[in-house]
This record gives sequence, structure tokens and C-alpha cells, in this order.
Amino acid sequence: MSTTAVDAKSALKAQFPAVTDRASLDWPAVNVPVAEVVAALKYLRDTLGFDTLTDLTAVDWAEGASPRFTVVYHLYSTVHPGYFRVATDCPDDAEPAVPTVVELWPAANWHERECYDLLGVKFTGHPDLRRILMWEGYPYHPLRKEFPLAGIEVPLPDAEIAAETGTKVLPAPMAGGPFVASPGEINLTEAEPRAKDESWNERKAKPE
Amino acid sequence: MPPELTIPDTAAKTAEIPAEFQTEKMSLSMGPSHPSTHGVLRLQMELDGEILTKADPIVGYLHRGDEKIAENMTYNQFVPYTDRLDYLAPLANNMAYSIAVEKLAKLEVPARVKAIRVITAELARVSSHLMGLGAFGIDVGAWTVFLYSFTEREKLYKLFEELTGARFTTSYARIGGVARDVPEGWTQRVDEFCDQFLPILENILNLLTRNKIFTDRTVDVGIISKEDAIAYGLTGPNARGSGVKTDLRKDTPYSGYEQYEFDVPVGTKGDCYDRYLVRGEEMRQSVRIIKQAVKHFPPGPWYAPEAKRIYAPQKAKVLSSMEELIQNFMLVTEGPQMPAGEVYFEAENPKGALGFYIVSKGGGVPWRLKIRSPSFCNLSILPKVCVGSLVSDVVAILGSFDFVMGECDR
Repeated sequence: MSTTAVDAKSALKAQFPAVTDRASLDWPAVNVPVAEVVAALKYLRDTLGFDTLTDLTAVDWAEGASPRFTVVYHLYSTVHPGYFRVATDCPDDAEPAVPTVVELWPAANWHERECYDLLGVKFTGHPDLRRILMWEGYPYHPLRKEFPLAGIEVPLPDAEIAAETGTKVLPAPMAGGPFVASPGEINLTEAEPRAKDESWNERKAKPE
Repeated sequence: MPPELTIPDTAAKTAEIPAEFQTEKMSLSMGPSHPSTHGVLRLQMELDGEILTKADPIVGYLHRGDEKIAENMTYNQFVPYTDRLDYLAPLANNMAYSIAVEKLAKLEVPARVKAIRVITAELARVSSHLMGLGAFGIDVGAWTVFLYSFTEREKLYKLFEELTGARFTTSYARIGGVARDVPEGWTQRVDEFCDQFLPILENILNLLTRNKIFTDRTVDVGIISKEDAIAYGLTGPNARGSGVKTDLRKDTPYSGYEQYEFDVPVGTKGDCYDRYLVRGEEMRQSVRIIKQAVKHFPPGPWYAPEAKRIYAPQKAKVLSSMEELIQNFMLVTEGPQMPAGEVYFEAENPKGALGFYIVSKGGGVPWRLKIRSPSFCNLSILPKVCVGSLVSDVVAILGSFDFVMGECDR
């Protein structure tokens, strides 16, 4: 951890009293209230030399948690090499939204689109908030914790092709596994998707 | 005295034509399967004659949900998935991922592991750039480069196969070390490869550097200013081509890169030709690093001996609980037990800075693993760069970006 990065943290906290420390195992990290996040990032960029937005993402703390979504910005400085992590909690758990930073960094454009696409966090003021990795019209946000690993059955994106072929986007077999571990306190029978699939065994052949 | 010849600027004159005679704009879709798009990228273009007025890259055709998958498996199980990010440099991805997890586990790896990782990552860089140059050459009409660069790449793949057992998807790095030690004489063969590669590299680059057709297609095409490169989060050769002197191997050294002497090439103009020159020079510098690493190849273990202690079970339970007793088994089924916390690590990959942001709540499975993909960020500048250029220049620009869709879409 370079000294300049530590200085940046105290300078930021002096400028914005509402900023608090965030637990981190590597780079300096702060929690910023959502109302001040754009101003704080602007200050970091213009005054403290963190000129690159290297990553923008969000973390889903699972259904029932409050705050449920945290948007995390990783800044990098090409002036004094080092990273800085800024996190902000989305105030609304059902309709998470934070202000956009496209005005500060055009790089945020695609990052925010991805974050909206996969986690459903809205970025207010974004010029072009469309889905980017999933197709337009996809009904779910797949990186949310309640979305199953195997996926959910949905119609094909093109209605014409769907009508012609009669196919759908189907969930993966074996609960999206086989993976031997699942997070949380579940027993091995539940954790092991191969054990769940009882459509075939030693006497009955595996279906093609 | 002959009269002075002037060539009328027809393009400028078209603006004077009254609106009712103007032609309408045409939209053209390039890709998702098009030889010049280097994978399943689709460019939705709006054309005025042959000049682009709008470009909208449509990505996601190769989205496999790697981040979702990572949340459902142990840290060790995810290593093979990192091969499939930038599938032209899997060794470099393996290394970036394992360093990120080691950072979370606060695990220090021995010098030999670091040296092996540096050698493999630099070999991966050379192989990725060879592929990038070859494909770039084909895009702008120079077929021969591809043949020469693929011959060299094949030699590298032989070395990879000998080391990892696989040519393409290596899965070589492990958390706390590498999968196996280097075979006997392997470093010697790497050194021999480097010696014979340098003159061939000069030959390959000579096919392009002063090639009139190549320079006509690339010089002053697709210019990215230094400010734009920083604002759009460009990394790797694409940022350095625009004159941003940033290289994570120098700026935030990892895996012992601070021990090696090498230079960071930067471009002056930021056009396609500069990006090509940077890649060419980077291969020379990679060979320089490999030769140093091979020369001072350290002895010792090829895995961190304390790795098991870090993943150790709770002491108090060893005599009362079956699971704690059979620790090796539990390491496989439940994964290495990591502390809670969050880390972010970026490595200088051939395509740019590959980052892993890991949020752990403790246990053997990450709560959230975000992959910061350099190709994704590099491609986000396309709508800006392509506007105003000719359709044929778009092909040169895409070639000079050297992206991989497996990494962009994850």
C-alpha cells in the first residue's frame, strides 16, 4: 500500500465527513453515501490523481439483506500507481439505483450497462442503459442470488424463430452442475447435484 | 509551364448538395460471424456512403456466466474456467486468478513458483501477440505474416504441452503454487526457443514494419488520444500505443517482476500502426524477461508448503469430528477455507489488465467474483473510434485492438 493512497483516504475523509472506512485486505477502501458518490469520485479523480475507472461492479448480499446491493468502484492512478476502492450501498433494496458516473469516465458506460444487466442495479442519468451481455427483453438479472445456477426457461429472443422452431431457452441439466460444493449449510446429498438426478441408475440406462 | 493540377475534394463537396438530393443512411451489420471480427462480435454500423456515422458493438454472444459459476464452486475448481477467458493466453489468466486468491489467503509463494509463473506468463504473451499480429496481417491483406507467426506459436504450444499436458487449456496454476514442477530440461528448451525466436521475430516484423500496403492501411487510422485512452479505461498495448506509460508489471509489481529488467514501449500517435509497433516490441521485451528468469531459475519447492496450514481445519475438532480428521478430503469437497474480506488484483495480461475482485464471506466458495476483462473495456471505445472512418478502416481498427470475445463476454 503506497503512502499516497493512504493520504488520499484521509484527504477524502476530510473533504467528505460522511465517508467511512471500509474493511479491505489490500487497497484503501471507503464507504460513501449514495448522495455524495459522484462528488467523491470526482474529487478522487481531479484532486487526488485517481484518473482511471478500472472496474465497476455490484455485490448482491442476497434476498432479505439490507442494504442488499452495494456498488463497488475500483479506481487506478497512473500518476502514483495504486488502487482505491469506493463502495456505496443502494438505498432501495427492491429497486436499487445509484447515479451514473458516465460524465466522469466514459469507461463507466459499458460497466454500468453490465451491472444493470446482470444485477438489475439502475444507474440514473445513464445515456443508454440497455442490456449488454444478455439479450434485450430478457426477463431476469442472472447474477442475483435468487437466480438458479441452471437458469430459467424463457422464450427465444426472436419470436419468429421461436414460432418456427418451437424451441425455448432451457435450464441446464443436473441443476447446472455437477459441482461438488455449494455455499452454505447444506448436506452432501443436496450439495451434490448428481445425487439429485434420479432419472437413471445402475439398472436403468442414462437417458440420451 | 504546365498548369497546376488540383484534385477536387468530392467528399467535402457532397455537403453542398441540397438535402433533397442527399442519399439516405444505410445500416449494415458486421458479424457476429465475420472473418474480421475475431470471434462473435457484432458491429451494428450506420453508413453514409462508405463513412461510418454510428457504430454500436453488440457483445454477449459468448456469455457463459463465469461469474455465476464461480459463486457455485470452490476456489480450486474455478481454475479451468480461467483458461476460457482469454483463450489465447490461458497461462497468464491462471496466474492472475491464483495470485488474486493467494492475496485473499495471505499466502506467500516460493521464488521458484514466481519464476515459473513469470516464464509461463511471458511465453503466453508472446504466443498471444503472435496470434494477434498474424490475424491483424490477414485483416489488412498480409497473409504471409500469419504463416510465420503460427510456426513459432506451434513451437510454443509444444513447450506448453510438455509443461502442462495440454496445448490450449492449460489449467496450470494452483492456489499456492503450480500443478507440477517443470520437466527436466524444460527451461533449457525455453532458452533455446528464445534464441532461435529473436531472429525470426525480426523477420516477421520486417514483413510489416516498412510494408507500404500495411502502413497505408494503418498509419493515422483509428487514432486514440492519450486522454481518451485513460477515460475509457484502456489497458495493455492499446493504452500504451496511445502513449499512456502504464504497465502493471512495472507500476505495481507482482510475482517478482521487480527483479527483471525490461522496457515498456509506448506509442506517440495512438493509431493502429503504433499499437502494432508496441506489440512487436513487447515480444522482444518478453523474451528478455524469459531469458533472465531462465538464467536465474531458483531451486526449491514448486508449491507453498504452508498452503495446507492456511486451509487447516479447526484444531479443536480434529479428535471429535470425522471431517476435520480427513482434511485432504475436505479440502477437495469444501474447498480451501478462506478468510472473509475482499481483494482486487490486476495482472498485466497480453490483452491488458485482467482483474479479479473477490468478495469472500469465509469458506471455500467465493461470495462474488467479478472478472474485469481487458477486452471488454478496450472494446467500449469502438463507438468513438470508428465514427468517421471508412468501412475498410474498421477492419484495420478491429485487428489492431487484438481482443478476445471469450474474455469480453465471460
